[in-house]
Amino acid sequence: MSHHTLDATRLLCPLPVIRTQNFVATLNRGDTVDVICTDPGAKNDIPAWSRINGHEIINTKDDGNNIVITVKVVGSSD
Amino acid sequence: MKAATHLKQKKAVALISGGLDSMLAARTMIEQNIHVEGINFFTGFCVEGHTHAIRKQDKDKQKRNNALWVAEQLGIKLHIIDVIEEYKDIVINPKHGYGANLNPCLDCKCFMVKKALQWTQENNFDFIITGEVIGQRPMSQRRDTMPVVARESGANDLLVRPLCAKNLPATLPELNGWIDREKMHGFTGRSRKPQFKLAAEFGIEEYAQPAGGCCFLTDKSYANKLSDLWQARGERKYEFDDIMLLKIGRHLRPRPHFKIIVGREEGENNFMQGYRKQFTSMYTLSHSGPLVLADGKMSEDDIYLAARLTARFSQGRDAQSVQVLVKQVDKEEIKLDVPPLSSEEIPQEWYV
Repeated sequence: MSHHTLDATRLLCPLPVIRTQNFVATLNRGDTVDVICTDPGAKNDIPAWSRINGHEIINTKDDGNNIVITVKVVGSSD
Repeated sequence: MKAATHLKQKKAVALISGGLDSMLAARTMIEQNIHVEGINFFTGFCVEGHTHAIRKQDKDKQKRNNALWVAEQLGIKLHIIDVIEEYKDIVINPKHGYGANLNPCLDCKCFMVKKALQWTQENNFDFIITGEVIGQRPMSQRRDTMPVVARESGANDLLVRPLCAKNLPATLPELNGWIDREKMHGFTGRSRKPQFKLAAEFGIEEYAQPAGGCCFLTDKSYANKLSDLWQARGERKYEFDDIMLLKIGRHLRPRPHFKIIVGREEGENNFMQGYRKQFTSMYTLSHSGPLVLADGKMSEDDIYLAARLTARFSQGRDAQSVQVLVKQVDKEEIKLDVPPLSSEEIPQEWYV
């Protein structure tokens, strides 16, 4: 199990979701990734994408500038 | 062995736009025990919340991605595919031409179904579903153009349109008995009543109803800006940043060789900050005002004119003199004291 960081700042949705989707496809079950975003839409879209793919959101932080969403790879990314 | 193969659940990929029709089409197939997964293509022109995400005044508006939301409602996976680069050729050289603006709807549909076909082949899926309805759209969903989509995409009889299937020739999934033609629909025309009725039958109460379509290329104002960009550059090309910037700000072209983009509010100004390394940028120091980006090769006179325009759109518009900070790419910042242009000095033709 490993932890990763994905920079999706200044990208507007759905690009943060696409980047997350493509990155998670390279990870193993149990791995986690901090997705760093600036588009507030990511707070809805990355969790929605995670739910439909069976992954878990284990943390969300918003400091007013950056949003960090931590995704744990649980489901299949096929 | 043969019986087991026959009983294996068939798999279809559904083009999911986020609207009601594709949602109903996918649901119709799910009802027939087909394993459905969604696919959604990001072209860069999707209206999907970008301006709302940028503009601070829209911060309370819903920012969900409708395609993801639909997939979740249907309980299916959704694959979002970035086609920005490949899509350029569709926008620049549409074989079937444009609709009312720069919307290459028929070429776009052929492209997306072709990409979906490629995806089915790579992922061992059996057929493709779309939410098309005969007569629903003036370009891509006509009785004479729907066969064009099936043929030119290469999908042919693997393309199933569950909402109007009864009005079309039988497809391979129907002929093979994978799906029951009688349990599909015969919708035609622009009326949405049959879709609303079917949604009610499925218990679907909430769905997106985008006003003005889901693609910026159907928007007259946006298309004008893209045409202007091509004309100014002398070639029909674009980069992703170009088409993003066309979605925001006021665009004025005071001279054929340069234009300015004026942020209209704080959210746009913040977003435009990210482009200051790529474009000449300006903002007022003596008064509050917008961030302005300038695109094009500019002389000193052009810089001065752009600074006067920047002053015009600031709180110092009625002042004798306004100080403007100008930063050109790879040059030191300079400060200019300029008289703001009056409204009479800005011809309407400058507005793109």
